[in-house]
Amino acid sequence: MEFNFDLPFILGHLNYWLFVILMLTGLYIVVARGNLLKKIVGLNIFQVAVFMLYISMGKVAGGTAPILTGTAGEAYSNPLPHVLILTAIVVGIATTSLGLALIVRINETYGTIEEDEILEMDQQKGQSELDAINKAAAATDAQGAASKK
Amino acid sequence: MMALVENHAPILVILIPLLAAPLAMLFGNKGLAFLLSLAASVASFLLSVYLLLLVRDGTVLSYHIGGWAPPLGIEYRVDAANALVLLIVSALSAVVLPFARTSIATEIAEKHHTLFYACFMLCFTGLMGVTITGDAFNVFVFLEVSSLSTYVLVALGAEKDRRALSAAYDYLILGTIGATFFVIGLGLIYMATGTLNMVDLAERLSTMESNRTVRSAFAFIVIGLGLKLAIYPLHRWLPGAYTYAPSAVSAFLAATATKVAIYAVLRFMMSVFSIKFGFEQDTMTYIIFPFAIIAMFAASLIAVYQINVKRMLAYSSIAQIGYMLLGIALFSTTGLSATLVHLFNHAVTKGALFLAVGAIIFQIGSPLMANMAGMGKKMPWTSAAIVIGGLSLIGVPGTVGFVSKWVLLTAALENGLWPISLAIVLSSLIAVVYVWKFVELLYLAPIDESVAAAANAKEVSLSMLVPMWILVLVSVWFGFDAEFTVQVANQAADSLFNGGFLKDAVIVGGEGR
Amino acid sequence: MDHHLILRVVTQILVAPILLYGLYVQFHGDFGPGGGFQAGVIFAVGFILYGIVFGLRRLRSKFPDHVIHKLVALGVLIYAGTGVVNMALGGNFLDYNVLSPDPVQGQHWGIIAVELGVGVTVFGVMMAIYYAFAGRPPSLDDKDW
Repeated sequence: MEFNFDLPFILGHLNYWLFVILMLTGLYIVVARGNLLKKIVGLNIFQVAVFMLYISMGKVAGGTAPILTGTAGEAYSNPLPHVLILTAIVVGIATTSLGLALIVRINETYGTIEEDEILEMDQQKGQSELDAINKAAAATDAQGAASKK
Repeated sequence: MMALVENHAPILVILIPLLAAPLAMLFGNKGLAFLLSLAASVASFLLSVYLLLLVRDGTVLSYHIGGWAPPLGIEYRVDAANALVLLIVSALSAVVLPFARTSIATEIAEKHHTLFYACFMLCFTGLMGVTITGDAFNVFVFLEVSSLSTYVLVALGAEKDRRALSAAYDYLILGTIGATFFVIGLGLIYMATGTLNMVDLAERLSTMESNRTVRSAFAFIVIGLGLKLAIYPLHRWLPGAYTYAPSAVSAFLAATATKVAIYAVLRFMMSVFSIKFGFEQDTMTYIIFPFAIIAMFAASLIAVYQINVKRMLAYSSIAQIGYMLLGIALFSTTGLSATLVHLFNHAVTKGALFLAVGAIIFQIGSPLMANMAGMGKKMPWTSAAIVIGGLSLIGVPGTVGFVSKWVLLTAALENGLWPISLAIVLSSLIAVVYVWKFVELLYLAPIDESVAAAANAKEVSLSMLVPMWILVLVSVWFGFDAEFTVQVANQAADSLFNGGFLKDAVIVGGEGR
Repeated sequence: MDHHLILRVVTQILVAPILLYGLYVQFHGDFGPGGGFQAGVIFAVGFILYGIVFGLRRLRSKFPDHVIHKLVALGVLIYAGTGVVNMALGGNFLDYNVLSPDPVQGQHWGIIAVELGVGVTVFGVMMAIYYAFAGRPPSLDDKDW
């Protein structure tokens, strides 16, 4: 397969370039930001990028909205990707609101929405559990040794 | 009435739980919600058995939603492979629910019980939907129905341990990235082919191997579903989610959620994208295969060092997912058959183990291993269930774990890969270590006095014992009599690998007008 | 927000047209652009606007949480129930043709019923989300705004 990477190619696929940029921006925010709220924002940008991909692919050159008007031979955009993306938008809303709800709960219980602070608190909890076990084990050992004597 | 059930069985399996969820919310009574959910699960289970019996000889059933014939309309398509997964999911739901009724009493605030059942039913609907649908985009919709309710179910564990919240949040972020990748992949194959029906896709894609769009679509779909099924390096969400979710939820998720994702990957790899594609074989050989082996060892080793029982079982799940992926990566009918047998066997085993561990946690209120020392004498039946489940996890003859390992070994040797069979045996030995560590603690360690003093250090009630022992007995029964499971798995593997899914289907449904 | 006279007056004028527009989008959905998703959101926006300006408490006293939760469930039931009716009449799930002797008429009935279900659920969900977030005890005092 051969294609020319020239200006018409680049400009002709403008919305696809934007899709790629938006998608990577969103993904980068999700990965690189430590604030839980910013992660959700990134996730939203990521999802919106996909909406753009779908809407672009449904476009038919010169096509109108896909509503029957009775005129024969009228070109219209492919409605299927639009319907699909309506579903994805609804999923996106559900995810966002659930994510925000979790953040509210996290803020109430942890008192912070910074990922590293939460991680630290969780690790401290895990460490304290481990310490308690080690202490108990040491106590049992000492007891065992004492009873042997 | 019978005709209605027979004609509409493929839609009824998911319609019944879908109706149960809003009805449970409308009545708003937790007893009624429980009964509705249980009835819906049992009905779905019976229908799944009926479907499996219909398709076990290689028949394919097709149900047209809305009476619109595919590829225009959405089609539900049942072959041996997804009938088997339907059976696993519905059986586990029916078994876990009675356990959940008792166990959530200490884990979830009373006013949330109705919501718990509604969410559980939605999760169940989503998992069944992913399995049964024959439309690629419908897979995404149901995947998100199940995932969104799963995030809620995991977060419900926050009542006991606040870490459930951060675990649920991690799961939400990674799960959504996975789902979005999956949608991008679907968009790309739609651009290339202009269809979303799986059979139609398979037909059109079969001549498009060199198409770049198709290749990148494949990558997006595999990575997206890989996040959902916790392929080794993408497993980060799994331990947290399984550890801090309420016990019943852990059992249900561990037994079904990853299995359904594996089924979805199989469906896309084997049926939708042609298995003859060079890039697909490369993916198997150079990506899935090594990561499966790494998962088998690394996750098992991590499991050995856990102090939290549920986390140990979660890491063991990641290792077991490695076995399933290994079966896929062997790229033969026997290998696939091993994967499918293991889907069933691991669901039963892990379900039983999580329920048994959940029962102990219910009594002593702590998921830490150290606090469970000596419980073997206080809770003999639960501990016996753990021993049998553990043996099955290792793969001792007489349990289902042995059957799956045997089929997997046969598949590896068939391909002439004896080092792989060695790896399978070696990684099983690591399983011996973590299972023995726990069993030794249960039976041989002196009982923790502070725990023994707590009033509840005694055997759990029948409502918890019965579900756990049903799964244990099933795992022993099919360990001795593996003919049924292996035969179904062979048929399913044949349907996936040799294109049985794509052949002419028997159309079921109403007579219409 | 008792002192924001302009907001209160404008809201009072706006709420009714918003609700009317929501109903239009809902029931015009089978002829032109529109349908349950959009209508549910628009309808909910009318109530949420009211809630923002006149206070959540006043809105909640008319539409308590449990009613909203029941609406969410009811919409799903309308949707799935339509499918069940179709099955009982001899068609497949969501095969609207069987709803009326004339298949085209049947499709109209079916899509209206399904979109009604979708609209009710989306309205309920939007309200539930608003209640869930706005109903949390605020960490900011009203005069800090």
